[in-house]
Amino acid sequence: MEGWDPTTKSTLTQIPLLSVKAGPRDGAAWTQRSKEEYKALIAYTSMNKANDNDWFRISAANPEGTRWTGKCWYIHNLLKYEFDLQFDIPVTYPATAPELELPQLDGKTQKMYRGGKICLTVHFKPLWAKNCPRFGIAHALCLGLAPWLAAEIPVLVDSGMIKHKDDASSSIES
Amino acid sequence: MQSRVEHLSTTATSGPLQRSKIKDMSAEVVDSNPYSRLMALQRMGIVNNYERIREFSVAIVGIGGVGSVASEMLTRCGIGRLLLYDYDTVELANMNRLFFRPEQAGMTKTDAAVQTLSDINPDVVLESYTLNITTVQGFETFISSLRSKSFCPSKEGCGVDLVLSCVDNYEARMVVNQACNELNQTWMESGVSEDAVSGHIQLLIPGETACFACAPPLVVASGIDERTLKREGVCAASLPTTMGIVAGLLVQNTLKYLLKFGHVSPYLGYNALKDYFPTMEMKPNPQCSNSVCLERQKEYALAKPARDAAAKAKMEAEAPSEIECLHEDNEWNISVVDDTDLQGPDVGKSSGALPEGLVHELPSADEFQKTPGSEESANLVDDLEDLKRQLEAINAD
Repeated sequence: MEGWDPTTKSTLTQIPLLSVKAGPRDGAAWTQRSKEEYKALIAYTSMNKANDNDWFRISAANPEGTRWTGKCWYIHNLLKYEFDLQFDIPVTYPATAPELELPQLDGKTQKMYRGGKICLTVHFKPLWAKNCPRFGIAHALCLGLAPWLAAEIPVLVDSGMIKHKDDASSSIES
Repeated sequence: MQSRVEHLSTTATSGPLQRSKIKDMSAEVVDSNPYSRLMALQRMGIVNNYERIREFSVAIVGIGGVGSVASEMLTRCGIGRLLLYDYDTVELANMNRLFFRPEQAGMTKTDAAVQTLSDINPDVVLESYTLNITTVQGFETFISSLRSKSFCPSKEGCGVDLVLSCVDNYEARMVVNQACNELNQTWMESGVSEDAVSGHIQLLIPGETACFACAPPLVVASGIDERTLKREGVCAASLPTTMGIVAGLLVQNTLKYLLKFGHVSPYLGYNALKDYFPTMEMKPNPQCSNSVCLERQKEYALAKPARDAAAKAKMEAEAPSEIECLHEDNEWNISVVDDTDLQGPDVGKSSGALPEGLVHELPSADEFQKTPGSEESANLVDDLEDLKRQLEAINAD
């Protein structure tokens, strides 16, 4: 965990760790794992709200809990930039992490794979591998998506690749 | 000049002239026989029965820079059946690699591949699967298509002879590993580094060799400081050369494995900057995190007496020819030593020292002791539906 900022580190230590090593094909064990996922997400979301650092919404999009959809946002220069967030739980979960997708940013940055999958290779994948099966969805958002947004959104805004929604609508009107 | 233009226009208008299917592979050396140079392998004593290639089914997962070239090589070799898997479409950004043509941009990679491959060799049975194997639904289709024995009903095991993984990410490789462990299916893995200057191929036999989850994946060290290579802002580079070379190594190993000639490499690396090719063997990890791998290891251990007996019978059958090799004088005291026992008992070689030039791509999972306190949550909410509602309530705020 060298090189991570103290805030992320202290947040991370407060997200409950998971213990059930089970994926979506593991039946009852997956239900147990899902409960742990929810507990971690509830704790992380509540913590963000308490610290005035609310930055995402995520919920299962199917009863099996293999597809998740929601929103995430990032404040840059006092403006809020919001994006759709989606991902599938892979069959080999939790040995492999979910591939987080921001479809609206597809093709706008090089730090992204096809379909809007954010590039996590360097900063996140080794951590996930080391902490399997203790990390879950909440950890992936905290250690994968949050630092990616913090690094990418300012660059994308400053280079004009993305515009604030008010800005975009006014430019269409004018 | 005029005749040149005429020639060009006739070649352009003549259009797709597809040859008809050929029932039997002929060794006859005539210009019109697409298999004459392949059947010559038999005449030269390299391969015993080349024509057997028409009985084999090979699945190629990932029809990108490596997989598409591998599929073309196998098609030109006259393979019986190819199953192609990819969820992606052809883009102009792929044109720095081989195989796909600019006019195919927008087509799915599997359909574009079938279009080209069926023109090259209509004898090959082609199946195209446009799906993402890492999703639960895609995985089910993947497994059932590998199981299907429609092509060769008498075949033992599942419906394919070999699976080639030509994907570009760890997640998909782990999925191929899972499927092949479950089906007890031999497969080969291939990879090209994100900096495009190294690659590798690896043979994986469930229970017998290390599976992809037995140890963190091995990659070829580039030989220069990694940090100078991982340029911020660029996720992946690619070269047609490195990809073509790795596809060539992969299909060469495939042909040797299927047609039983030469030595099938268990692991072969390629470092383009130094033109260095490290090799190694990996035994399965008795503590592998993949439970199906452990089952396959157990089965393999149980079959050891039968394997030993077969090996002994084979040795005895070949023994007379060995005696002929003995020389009358042995000035230098040279003797042939059986090196199979030198490796010692089946201790997991997967962990520990790696040959020069190879490194692990990811760390191993830390040992994780369950603390007694971890059961404390028992008195809290423990119903999935309740937890879902709780999260929705927080989300609604």
